[in-house]
Parts: sequence; C-alpha cells; structure tokens
Amino acid sequence: MEVTLNVKRFDPEAPSSTSYRQEYTLEIEDYSTVLDALIKVREEIDGSLALRCSCRAAICGSCAMRVNGHAKLVCKTKIQDVTVPERRILTVEPMGNLPVVKDLVTDMKPFWDRVRAVQPWLQPDGPEPEQEYVAPNEDMLHLTGVMGCIMCGACVSDCTVLEVDKNFLGPAALAKAYRFIADPRDAADKSRLEAYSQEGGIWDCTRCMECVEVCPKGVAPMDRIMVLRERAIDAGYNDNTGAHHTEAFIDSVEHSGRLDELRLPIRTFGILNIPALLGLLPVGLRALRRGKMPSPFHKAIPGADKVRRIFEKVEKK
Amino acid sequence: MDFWSSFSMGHTGGFTILEHDVLIIGAGLAGLRAALAARDRGADVAVISKVHPVRSHSNAAQGGINAALSHQGDDWLEHAFETVKGSDYLGDQDAIESMCSEAGQAIIELEHMGVIFNRDETGHLGTRAFGGQQRARTFFVADFTGQAMLHVMYEQIIKQRARVYEEWFVTSLIMENGECCGVVAMDLLRGKLEVVKAKAVILATGGLGRAFEPTTNALICTGDGLSLAYKAGAPLMDMEMVQYHPTTLKNNGVLITEAARGEGGYLLNANGDRFMEKYAPNMMELASRDVVSRAEQTEINEGRGIDGCVLLDLRHLGKEKIHERLSYINEVSMDFLGIDLAEQPVPVRPGMHYQMGGIKTDVHGATVIPGLYAAGEAACVSVHGGNRLGANSLLDTIVFGRRSGEAAAQYAQEMSDKIIPESIVDRDEKRIKDLLSRRDNGDTPARIRYEMGTAMNENVAVFRTQEGMEIARSKLQELKERYLNVPVQDKGSIFNTNLISTLELGFMLDCTEAIVIGALERTESRGAHTRLDFPQRDDENWLKHILIHDGKDGPRTEYQPVVITQWQPQVRSY
Repeated sequence: MEVTLNVKRFDPEAPSSTSYRQEYTLEIEDYSTVLDALIKVREEIDGSLALRCSCRAAICGSCAMRVNGHAKLVCKTKIQDVTVPERRILTVEPMGNLPVVKDLVTDMKPFWDRVRAVQPWLQPDGPEPEQEYVAPNEDMLHLTGVMGCIMCGACVSDCTVLEVDKNFLGPAALAKAYRFIADPRDAADKSRLEAYSQEGGIWDCTRCMECVEVCPKGVAPMDRIMVLRERAIDAGYNDNTGAHHTEAFIDSVEHSGRLDELRLPIRTFGILNIPALLGLLPVGLRALRRGKMPSPFHKAIPGADKVRRIFEKVEKK
Repeated sequence: MDFWSSFSMGHTGGFTILEHDVLIIGAGLAGLRAALAARDRGADVAVISKVHPVRSHSNAAQGGINAALSHQGDDWLEHAFETVKGSDYLGDQDAIESMCSEAGQAIIELEHMGVIFNRDETGHLGTRAFGGQQRARTFFVADFTGQAMLHVMYEQIIKQRARVYEEWFVTSLIMENGECCGVVAMDLLRGKLEVVKAKAVILATGGLGRAFEPTTNALICTGDGLSLAYKAGAPLMDMEMVQYHPTTLKNNGVLITEAARGEGGYLLNANGDRFMEKYAPNMMELASRDVVSRAEQTEINEGRGIDGCVLLDLRHLGKEKIHERLSYINEVSMDFLGIDLAEQPVPVRPGMHYQMGGIKTDVHGATVIPGLYAAGEAACVSVHGGNRLGANSLLDTIVFGRRSGEAAAQYAQEMSDKIIPESIVDRDEKRIKDLLSRRDNGDTPARIRYEMGTAMNENVAVFRTQEGMEIARSKLQELKERYLNVPVQDKGSIFNTNLISTLELGFMLDCTEAIVIGALERTESRGAHTRLDFPQRDDENWLKHILIHDGKDGPRTEYQPVVITQWQPQVRSY
C-alpha cells in the first residue's frame, strides 16, 4: 500500500537553522511499521534523514518519536493502526520536552540527568550475603512491571508538567525510583522518599495520565508515582504542600462527604504561609466576581456518615 | 535538594586531552562488566559506545543465563560437558572450564547488583530448562533477561560515575610499534573526530548479524570490532560458525526465545506432527540449536512447512504461564502478527542469530596485539566452538567481560605512557572527506548491504555447499569493488547516520569475507557448519580452529588445535 509521511525536519548546519516539513510518499507492505517506512525513506529516498533506531523489536528504546502528535515507539507502531484506509498519511516529529539535535534525533542529556538524580542503583543494608538475597517471587514478578521500562523517553516527551516546569523529575525517572522502593533488597527507602518528596519530585505530577497513555511497555509511570506518594506519607514525609493537599482533601471528604474548597488551599499551604496565600488572592477575587466563591460555611452532604463508613472499611483493609 | 548538581557527570570540552588507562569500546554487557572490573582494580576507565549503553544489543537476549549453582546441588562439570558437546567438540575446553566454574559466582554478583531474577517458592533463585542441557540451570527475568541485566549493569556504571562517551563511533585503532594505544572516534552529536588515548583497549562491540539479511540482530550489530582488530593484525577465529536460531518470527525475523520451548512449547510441521521426534528423540525441541534449525529446514525443504515456516505451539502452557514468563514474546507476536500465543500457534523459521567466531583471544581476553583485548560476541575464546548453547552468551559476556577488564587493568598498570603523533587523526579525517566527496553513481550503501545479506543468507546458511559459497564469494568480491565508489548522500557532519552506516558496511564486508573463506576451507560438517557435500564430522582432519589473518596479499589462513582437557570427542546425538 502507499503511505505518505509528513516529517518534521531540522538541519543544525543549515544557514537558517529552522525546522520545516517534508513529505515522502512510498510503497510499503501491509504489515509495515512506521519505522519500516522511515528506514525505507532513509535507504531509498533521502539518505540525509536522521533518526535513531536499532533493535526493531521494542526492546532497545531508541526510536521514540511523535506520530500524529503523540509519542510512540515507531518500531511497534503499525502504519495501519495510525492511518485510515482512505487517507494513508501521518506526521512524524521528534519527541517533545527535549532539545532537537537533527531531524528526529533529540538530545537525551536532560532525560538521563533526571534518571541519575534519583540515585538509580540498589542500596542494600549491611554486608552482602554469601549467596543470593532471599526474596519473594511475587515481589520480583511485580518489579518486572517497572524493570520492563526501556528508557525510550516517550513519557517524558508528552509529560504535560515538564512542558511548563523543567525542574520536574518526570515520569521515567520516578518510575525508576519506584523500582528501588518496591525492591525488598533496597534499604534506602527513607532517604529516597525524603528526596523524592522535595520540590520537583513526586508531588509535582498533575495526574494527567499522558505518560500512562503513551508508554509502549505498560510501565504506567503515573501509577508508580501515586504509590510513591502513599509510601512517602506513610514514612512520615508529609510536611510538604503535596502531602498537606492530599491529607486535607481526604479529611474534608471523610468528614463532610465533599470538598471544602475554601479551606483546602489554606491547609495545603499552611495558614502562616502568607506569601503563598497572597498568591492565590487573584484567583479568589476572580471566583468572587463570577459568583464561584465557595461558601464560608461548609456543610456536610446528606448521608455523610455513609461516606465515613466507606473510609473506615477501606482503612481496615 | 538540588537534583541536578549532585549527580551530573563531567562534560567533554573540546580542549582536554582524552586519556585513560583502560578504554572499552562497546557498552553492552561485556563492555560494562569489563568497565566495572577494571575500575575495581583501580584503573581509570572509560567506555565508548556508538549508542547509549542501554540501547546495546545485549537487551535482546531473552531467555536467561546459564550457571551451575553448587548450593543448589548442580555441578559445573556437567554444564561444561554439555557446552563442549553443544560446541560439537570445537570449543576449547580450558576456556569452557573457566566459564562454567565461574558462572555461579557471576550470577550471585549480578543478583547483588540488583538484577531481579525469578525466584522459586522458597525465595531463592529459580531456573528454567534450556536447549542442549539435561538439567534446568538457566536463571532468568521473565523473557527479557538481557534487558533486565543491562539496565542494572548501567545502574552500577552511574553509581561508579564511570566515564561514558555516548554516541561516539570508533573509526580506527591507534597502533604504535605494534601496540594498541587508543582509538580515533567520531562524536556523533558534535560531528567531530577525537583521539582517545589508552594504555589498554577492550573491544566489546558485539556481533555482525547485519551482514545477513534477515537476522534477529539489531541494526547496530555490524562487526565493527572484528574488522578493526582484523585490520590491525589480530586474527579472526571460527568465523565459519554462524548460529541460526530455530525460532524467529515470520515476516520480520524477530527473535522468539528458546525459553518458549524451555517452558514446554512444541514445534509442529504442516501435518501437525512434533517432527523433532525424528531428529532428536530424547531432547526433542530442546536439542541444540544447530540440530533444531537443521530439522526445521529439512521439514521446510521437504514440503512439510507452511509458507516457509514451521509452527511453534504454546497453547497448552496456558494464559497465566505465558503472561508471567513469556510476556515479551507474546507482545511481539501480537504487535507484528496479531497472534495471541495462548490462542494460536505462531509461524517461525530458522534465522541468523549469533556469531560463534570472532577476534581470537586467550582466556583473559588478550588478543595477539599487545594492549588489545576483546570480550563477548566480538571475541572468540573459544567457548562456543561450532554451536553455542542457549543462555551461554550472557554468561560469556559476564565472565569474559570481567576477566578482560581485570587483565587490561593489570596490563595498563605495567605500561608507561605512550606518545601518539597529533597527526593521527588526519588519516581518518581524509578518509571521511573522501567518502563525503564521492559523486552520485546511482548506488547506495543500503543496496550493497542488502545484496551482501541476501547472498550470505542464501548461500552460507543452515545448509551449505561449495557451489553456493563460491557464488557468495564472487558476489562479495563484486560488492567490495562497488563499495570503493559508493556515494554518501548526507554531506553534513552532525549525526550523519548515512556516513556511519557506510563505514559499518565496510566493517561487514571484511567480516563476511572471513566467514566465507572459513566455510569453504572446512570440508566437513560440524556444529552450525553443515555442508551437503561433506555431511560427516571429520575429527581426524578438522578437530582444529581456522584462523584468518589480514595478509598483505589478501586473507591468509592458519590452523590451531582444539584444547582438549577431559572430554574426548564422541558421537553427538540428542
């Protein structure tokens, strides 16, 4: 079948180094992947097209890029799945949130800097045993979920927080962090959770789900970040706005069955955190002007006691 | 906490002199293990790799890593014997003894580093069965053991803050007075040639699979190290021994792990028969890879295949086992053929997978060139001989990676500083300039590679004949001539993949020449080298290695006896 690739290109050595679009139309097999098509372009049409690729089997993590606006591992993306029979055309762009080196090649340094920042190596306690560490197989099987991460960068490319906050550790690094928290052999949980609770860490995720959507290996970074939050609070690292927010949220719903939107920010930032609360003033004023200001008298919903019982039941579990 | 400052690595400036005690080329498992070992010995170490370390092809090893753990009641001598038998008695038994006796310690080290090996019900390391071995001694992480090991090894590299020149492509070895003392390499992101001086260099560049079309190998497996060493004067050994893996996916040739059969999978022909009964009545689907690939090819050639394939049937294993232990191959079967392994058999065929031969080394990874070492698939110790057992390649990388790292560190300690003329870079600069200035003649490196690969796969594959190999030889000659004039379309210097693949093609043409020479020379059938015109193993004349040197007047062959310590050649049946 015939397919047209609309590729975003960038030549760092061109006199006017701005990006531009180039279309390639070519004949491919019905079962071809986007990578098959890109390789065919590079080998038969335009040898100057730059991209990274190696294993062709979704294990080396080289070929993440954006197809039709979303990050994908192109070696496992079939053309048929990203086009319609009437119009076999698709766009290919480099990953987002990373500087572009050339065409579809991005500079992965910021990606690896973030991974390094979570101290990504096993830190056991005490002397090593003579033989292997004894560990339950269920734990090891559970870890295959995050060890399956191939560090392709798709989640980082499409992370909506990184788009506005480069200080965020991001989904890949935090999924890697989870790999150690969930490893029964690692003994550095406390110091890790303390570090991950800092600004730029686990509390900066906005839970937009984008990383879960685009991950080609089912690692579900956001879900791992949520578990890290629970573990951090359980370990006593709750003196930060993220943990305060979570706790205030839970308290409010537990006691009244609904959210006390007026007191939520006060508890999140702390009543004495005047600068942060002043920062919220414009939002408050706008809400007031549009009649969206929550009532200062927070009332429980009818049947709030039932909600409380749900909480009790869950906590018992 | 400031996340950025505490763990950032050094940055390469354009003005520093790059110099290390031990320089490792290649960042797969052999390379990274060598780096950690050399570092443990106090050497200043750096790794150069044309891809980021976690992109290396060690990732693709799926099924596991062999070791006889004595505290689990296994005996390394059994593992060693089965490796010798698997090699069809061409493996050097002293090297095999080293590898198998050190395997247990190697597994424990990996576990301590953090590899999440599968456990048994008591929480101790668990095993699965693999081909050519009577006992289950393959340790594993689902069916992505190589990836799980490589990423953990890289964690250790980060922890040790070892220097890695990522995406640097080595263009030549620097030789002074017959010694290797560094490399010239291109920094792909900056498009600049650099000189990296070293007292010892370890080649851990992996295999040459891309010289065949199709292959299970990644696009980066282009025999770089083999060619660099060969051209510098180190001989290549056992090059005729090319492994065809019995189960590669229809259409794109992606690997389906031997663990599928280790866990109990069947191979069926078009009549629905488990045909291995005829070829290996005792071991059935778990005979050695060469045996199974020959059986499949025979079934296909005699008309009992389906569309050039046989079927791998896993349905009886059940959904749960497939999802828990074979999740990755289920993923690729779904992705590429839309087949759920729990529901449907998957079509597979033998596909080029591994190079048993390589740069000849001793058991410490030393080549004949002072200062030059090799480890992993690039090297030939020789532990695999005529046929490698499944799950012995990961073991090879770990054991001989460590050994070569230690030996290179020791060597570097005893060496004084060497002087390299500054003009050393000029030769490569000129070569690249010449490549880039060639005029378009309608030919492309991709076309030459494809023709080379198909010629190899048609004529130097599972079954070989003099006639077919002569065809391959003359084809290679033609391609070598075309290579001298092939143009490079991309004229840029930053991340010029067109230029890199052209240089890689040159490496592969050197390797394929050695393969064909070795295969024509060996007039017998042994291991993966099966000749229809010489169907028997001939211990009287051929219980020896073929070494190929790059001579002044073309390639020159030499023989070396196989090292036999305790296992005399026997009839090999499974």
